[in-house]
Amino acid sequence: MRRSPGLFVLAALVLAWMAGPSSAQAQEIVVGLNAELTGSIPVVGQSSRNAALMAVDEVNAQGGLLVGGARHRIRLLVEDNHDDPAAAAAVAQKLIYQDQVVAMVGPNASRDAIPAATIAESARTPMISPWSTNPQTTAGKSYVFRACFTDDFQGQVVAGFVYRDLGLRRAAVLYDVASDYNKGIAEIFRSSFTKLGGQVVAFETYTTGDRDFSSQITRIVSLNPDVLFLPNYYSEVPLQVQQARNLGYEGPIIGSDSWGSTEIVALGGAVMNDQFFTTHYAPDIATPEARAFIEGYEERYGSTPDDVAALTYDAFGMLFHAIQQAGSWEREAIRQALAQISQFTGVTGTMSFHGTGDPEKSAVVIRIQDGQFRYYGAASP
Amino acid sequence: MQFLAQQIVNALQLGSIYALIALGYTLVYGVLRLINFAHGDIFMVGAFLAFFAAVLLDLPFVPTLLLSMAATALLGVLIERFAYRPLRNAPRVSAVITALGVGLFLEHFTLASVGAQPRHLPPLIETVVYRLGPVRVTTVHLVIFIVAVVLMVVLDRIVNRSLTGMAMRAVSWDKSVVPLMGVSVDRIIALTFAIGSGLAAAGGLLYATAYPVIEPYMGVLVGWKAFVAAVVGGIGVIRGAMLGAYLLGMVEILVAAYLPSTYRDFIAFGLLLILLVFRPQGILGRREVQKV
Repeated sequence: MRRSPGLFVLAALVLAWMAGPSSAQAQEIVVGLNAELTGSIPVVGQSSRNAALMAVDEVNAQGGLLVGGARHRIRLLVEDNHDDPAAAAAVAQKLIYQDQVVAMVGPNASRDAIPAATIAESARTPMISPWSTNPQTTAGKSYVFRACFTDDFQGQVVAGFVYRDLGLRRAAVLYDVASDYNKGIAEIFRSSFTKLGGQVVAFETYTTGDRDFSSQITRIVSLNPDVLFLPNYYSEVPLQVQQARNLGYEGPIIGSDSWGSTEIVALGGAVMNDQFFTTHYAPDIATPEARAFIEGYEERYGSTPDDVAALTYDAFGMLFHAIQQAGSWEREAIRQALAQISQFTGVTGTMSFHGTGDPEKSAVVIRIQDGQFRYYGAASP
Repeated sequence: MQFLAQQIVNALQLGSIYALIALGYTLVYGVLRLINFAHGDIFMVGAFLAFFAAVLLDLPFVPTLLLSMAATALLGVLIERFAYRPLRNAPRVSAVITALGVGLFLEHFTLASVGAQPRHLPPLIETVVYRLGPVRVTTVHLVIFIVAVVLMVVLDRIVNRSLTGMAMRAVSWDKSVVPLMGVSVDRIIALTFAIGSGLAAAGGLLYATAYPVIEPYMGVLVGWKAFVAAVVGGIGVIRGAMLGAYLLGMVEILVAAYLPSTYRDFIAFGLLLILLVFRPQGILGRREVQKV
């Protein structure tokens, strides 16, 4: 019988296919990070990158992830999205189509995460946003997940905290109307606070990049509210607080998890003292898992990890967990394993998914004292 | 009424800063017929130089102001010497494109050298709040307003009363005749850039005093607004730039005070555009006669 070269080639191809990702041969698993390294919230991007490098290095130090009986090293690609929605989408496209990542972590800010999520969904590539709390990021998508709670939840938590714990009834809100996160949480706060029986006396807006809020704040002060809610990013909040104090507002000022960077104290100084905000975790009452992460991070980078760092670390933790559970790093297998995570204990608490990309988890209230973030209490809607 | 009075105080602060920046546009345009689109970024560099003077050298307000004005004036002279002078006889569009390039260069040079992270200018003026009846005026308001007015008066004196000012006005009138009078056109133009950039640095420090968070892109929007103010007031006319700047500050604040602030820029710039339809040379500008 003559040997057919065609058959031989076919046999070789079949062998090559069988020796693919699920074989015992060690291959690299490529994952991407889509982060805000420059633009208006660069500290967020840096924290995210630091935590991502730490999570990946820890796995690689053990020889990699154990999949299909062999260890596979992780290769991390970090891309800058400039905190620009269009650039975030372009970075998502580059990571997915050009670099062929198995999954993408980030972007962090909702204004970037929402367009990137649309790309990830249409490319059927799992994406986990560490920090995007806007409901739209995961809504109607089956490949997009997050490591944090949503604004729906957080808006209710803040409203409940102000109404019940602080006992305040007349609230004023100043928020960035051009940013999905700020706008979403402001609106949910208004509806929840009104439902509880409170009154929102002022609902003022500005646009990203504004530095002068004196006109809006003057109007707020003239309406004499009990509490001022500023669900805005750390680079703008200190200016708003300072201008509010100078224009005669003396009551408490409340924030949300966008305050979570300690940069807010560096920028604002003493004026930020005694303000409250809700967030994902408090470094000073950490669980053993969190302790290990915080100490490792402090040793490596010389600073306390903020919430973005903790959530990025958890996002990678969930991703690695999913890959090992699935026994494969095919995009579809990762997606299924992520959706089925019933209990994942991370740095920011325990999370579980119930058929959507949003985990169930709790929030904490932080009080700023002497330039430090101090745990004030747990919070629920 | 007290609400309106407070808003006027707010508007005077914003307008004073716009005015110092608008003057740079108007001076350079007046003398060179060049719209220096890098001016907003020179303002940003001025703010950063002030920041470094205040943080690294630990200087108080006035030395910080003078040092950053001097250093930024030097930067203005260098930009003119190396970016604009070689193009002085080139088509005007080349100079405009170069100006945009210089602006981008300054932004990204700052980004690369100090990083994207916003910086906080330490308070150089102790904030004391005075209550004038129901209106609250802070020391920051007062310092900004006083520094701006003093600099504007000094500039007005230089341009309209001194020999240098006369030379500047002469260069503005006709660059080809002035050398015949024994005036160095290059020196006068360099001086114009120095003064304009120094004023931008003063604007930068005052801005960073009022809104103490600075970052490499802070000059873009403020630069555009000051440019619009200069055009509305009548570009090339010094008093026009001041008038335009205070007008813009007033319109911006009052729109945000009485309407949803989302409309602020749209209505502010809409009004200014309408004004330009009826008076294209600006409020105080004179219509130029084109010689054919």
